[in-house]
Amino acid sequence: MHARTLEAPATVGSSEVRELLKVERLTKKYGEHTAIADISFTVHEGEFVVLIGPSGAGKSTLLRSINRMIEPTSGHVWFDGMQVDALDKKGLRELRRKIGMIFQHYNLVDRLSVIENVLHGRLGYKSILTGSLGMYQAQEKERAMELITMLGLEEHTYKRADQLSGGQKQRVGIARALIQNPRLLLGDEPIASLDPKAAKTIMDYLKSIAHTLNISMIISLHQVQVALTYADRVLAVRQGRIVYDGLPRDLSLERVRDIYGADAGDLIIDTGDRHVD
Amino acid sequence: MIGFFLILLIIVYGSQWVTAFSFIDGIASIPKALSWLVGNFYPTEKSLQKIPTILTKLVETLLLSIAAATVGAFFALFSAIFGARPTAFSKPLALFSRGLATLFRNIDVAAWSMILLFSFGQSALTGFFALFFASFGFLTRVFMETIDEVGLGAVEALRATGAGYWPIVFQAILPASQPLMISWTLFMIETNIRSAVLVGILTGSGVGFTFDLYYKNMNYNAAGLTIVFIAATILLLDRASNMIRRAIL
Ligand SMILES: Nc1ncnc2c1ncn2[C@@H]1O[C@H](COP(=O)(O)OP(=O)(O)O)[C@@H](O)[C@H]1O
Ligand SMILES: [Mg+2]
Repeated sequence: MHARTLEAPATVGSSEVRELLKVERLTKKYGEHTAIADISFTVHEGEFVVLIGPSGAGKSTLLRSINRMIEPTSGHVWFDGMQVDALDKKGLRELRRKIGMIFQHYNLVDRLSVIENVLHGRLGYKSILTGSLGMYQAQEKERAMELITMLGLEEHTYKRADQLSGGQKQRVGIARALIQNPRLLLGDEPIASLDPKAAKTIMDYLKSIAHTLNISMIISLHQVQVALTYADRVLAVRQGRIVYDGLPRDLSLERVRDIYGADAGDLIIDTGDRHVD
Repeated sequence: MIGFFLILLIIVYGSQWVTAFSFIDGIASIPKALSWLVGNFYPTEKSLQKIPTILTKLVETLLLSIAAATVGAFFALFSAIFGARPTAFSKPLALFSRGLATLFRNIDVAAWSMILLFSFGQSALTGFFALFFASFGFLTRVFMETIDEVGLGAVEALRATGAGYWPIVFQAILPASQPLMISWTLFMIETNIRSAVLVGILTGSGVGFTFDLYYKNMNYNAAGLTIVFIAATILLLDRASNMIRRAIL
């Protein structure tokens, strides 16, 4: 079943970094309609990948095909030695524990406290009984407190999630993902509902988490400018296909215009200043 | 707009012609009916002696309504979990759940009473099942809507962490939808008490039957007193459930 392991080191820049995720010819069709087509790329440990592309390009579908929240139609995914497309139910749970996910609308349980929401990230490790009863170990609670503190939420620990601002909610979402001890974090437009200041805070946290905890990130974004600022690597999709895979600094104005096609408009103005130099 | 009123008018006159019911005569008889009510339904000293009987029956009806609503809520919870979009895990089961709820909801309590009379005869059990079925149908529907509303995002997030089905239900779905579900169950208890009077008349149980008995024996004073007590109970219950709602929401 595990047709291939990914032990072979790949070289990025000067240091040797392991491959963590490999996506090969991944395709998802809804009936006749192709959401993503023939997508291949790899992600290395600790790498910060930003996914851009116009609305409907297939970003959400691609992200969810990686942890099989959406079942791909064909193609392969390898993650940390596991062949994702061949996993049974138990294997799938194991995979999902290692992959955190954050969302545009945070997807918290509004009526529960911050710490309860964070602890939800441990449910993947629980049996039916301990999970249903919400029985957490002392060290899990300590870890939750650490993460809450790390994300600057300590004074809100026992507040209900619906009393927080959008930026704070997203930080709870990040803490919930981190308590899983993930190797990879998927973000489906995590800053799309935030004001610029809160968006910057979130992106700064994500960037520092990627580098200090060595967690890889694949984050989809609407704002090209933000993508270029934070990404180690940019993946661009258009109509379900990868149209750019490379360093942010090599992404020319022309390419951005191609990626966004008719939707470009203000996006190009956004990136303009960066391309002057 | 004018066309709409015209159509209404035609329907009213058409149905009057068919049923030989006169709308004008109906309106004209209201004052007479009112004065008859006032003249007959006032409590007398003799009817006041019936208070213990009325109260006993009232409590019976109240308990019946509460039991039917809570037992209905219990079954509706599972039915809703299997039928709601975020938590449905099997399509046939979801369709079955939804079908069952629609069936039970669309048969009125009065119809249920008639149907159940054949199986259980005139007893409190018939009344209970009629109210229970109606509660189950209605609550399944609103619980499903509640889960749909609160559940989709959180369920997606927890599924992505690798959490299993029941932990998601108990740790996300239930905490999120509990207040609304309690609120709907309280509403169901109130509705049941109103229906219980009618169901009682049909099935020969509870305070509805007491009323019916007094009424048919032309003891209008006692019948009037029964209505006063029922109305007071409904008002009190309304106040109580509003207080509970404010506390939990
Ligand atoms: N459940 C679905 N059924 C049918 N088509 C879908 C479904 N989900 C997404 N699509 C289609 O797949 C394409 C990619 O969607 P999506 O991945 O959501 O794009 P993005 O996240 O980049 O906006 C779109 O054309 C969308 O209409
Ligand atoms: Mg999307």
